[in-house]
Amino acid sequence: MSLWEYANPRRFMAVSATVLPWTWAAAALLCATGLVWGFFFTPEDFRMGNSVKIIYIHVPSAFIAINAWFMMLVASLIWLIRRHHVSALAARAAAPVGLVMTVVALLTGAIWGKPMWGTYWEWDPRLTSFLILGLFYLGYMALWSAIEDPDAAADLTAILCLVGTVFAVLSRYAAQFWSQGLHQGASLSLDAEENISDVFWLPLVVSLAGFVALFLALVLLRTRTEIRRRRLATLTARERLA
Amino acid sequence: MIALLLRDLRLATRAGGGFGLGLAFFLILATLVPLGVGPETDRLAPIGPGILWLGALLACLLSLDRIFALDLEDGSLDLLATAPIPLEGVATVKALAHWLTTGLPLTVVAPALSLLFFLPTTALPWLVLSLLIGTPALSWLGTFGAALTVGLKRGSLLLSLLVLPLYIPTLVFGAEVVRRGAEGLPVGTPLAVLAAITLGCFALLPFASAAALRINLR
Repeated sequence: MSLWEYANPRRFMAVSATVLPWTWAAAALLCATGLVWGFFFTPEDFRMGNSVKIIYIHVPSAFIAINAWFMMLVASLIWLIRRHHVSALAARAAAPVGLVMTVVALLTGAIWGKPMWGTYWEWDPRLTSFLILGLFYLGYMALWSAIEDPDAAADLTAILCLVGTVFAVLSRYAAQFWSQGLHQGASLSLDAEENISDVFWLPLVVSLAGFVALFLALVLLRTRTEIRRRRLATLTARERLA
Repeated sequence: MIALLLRDLRLATRAGGGFGLGLAFFLILATLVPLGVGPETDRLAPIGPGILWLGALLACLLSLDRIFALDLEDGSLDLLATAPIPLEGVATVKALAHWLTTGLPLTVVAPALSLLFFLPTTALPWLVLSLLIGTPALSWLGTFGAALTVGLKRGSLLLSLLVLPLYIPTLVFGAEVVRRGAEGLPVGTPLAVLAAITLGCFALLPFASAAALRINLR
């Protein structure tokens, strides 16, 4: 029994069909628990008031936005090295989810930023690097949709993902170098001296887990759609030949 | 490799090669910005370094889609792929030819254009140095983008979408060098990082470009 057995599309379809409803259920349950707990059963922050509660959407979506790219990087590497088609399709499936999460993180940040910082947008390193991350997602998706041959598209986007990762990380440090930050530092790190209080931390972790489950469910669903689309293309091609 | 370099340079400089187009674009951009934002010294001087770097970047972008597209059309790219020099070498030479025909001329005319933005003369050496060090990275990155999109019909728009985000670090550090130079601050750190980016591009991107070319020629 090895992980690579799921690289077989038939096997992947069978397993993901049974896993997918559970993932959806976990996503719905965890998101609902985390968000309801966070929105209605936590105290107001003494300085930020009610607006602190946007953290339960902002932080998980930002977390997913970054990690979706790393998932794409790993999937691209697997495709380039071991040529498993499911892996390439999973990378393709994750990109729009990552882009939406980037936009959600930027939007919730803007909504929170207006009353707290007095501005919707600030050229802060973190905000800037998120905007740049969104651009990288856009370019990656545009390249996928521009190339007709599916294998060439998978190869080229995988290479773009590798080069893009290096430059996305570089851009993050360039942005840090280029302007001073307004965004608060990490408040969830395990090794930090000062984290947010447990009252806020526990529901945040629950909704973080919910967003991870939601991401998994969406990627599984989209990968299944891609596999079916690929099968349909093969069938129609065969039909045309016959 | 030298023969290929000379051939590319000859193709670029002769009629229809588009040499000078980037330069003319750079000049027009430098003329249009003051017309757009107003001619006051205290307004133009602070944005000058950024505008000059941005202009260099966009001028580089203009000629990118020619790097491989023409060779693919007339079949010489297939010959290059089967030639005794590795495709990585071809990608390096193509990038070098692109830099010699866009980046280097831009670097040479930039000091003249910086007068339009009232840049202090103390900033001029830093402007030239930062462009000299930074623009090769733009050419190498652009060659990678051109290799990715070489087979596509409407590749040039996609090419800008793919390449411009990759230009961000170079732009940030390049403009920072000039800005600090103009204000008389130490420029060592951004200059070193800029050089590091360019050297990293030299070392790694030809492999990525060659891989993309091989996929597109498959």
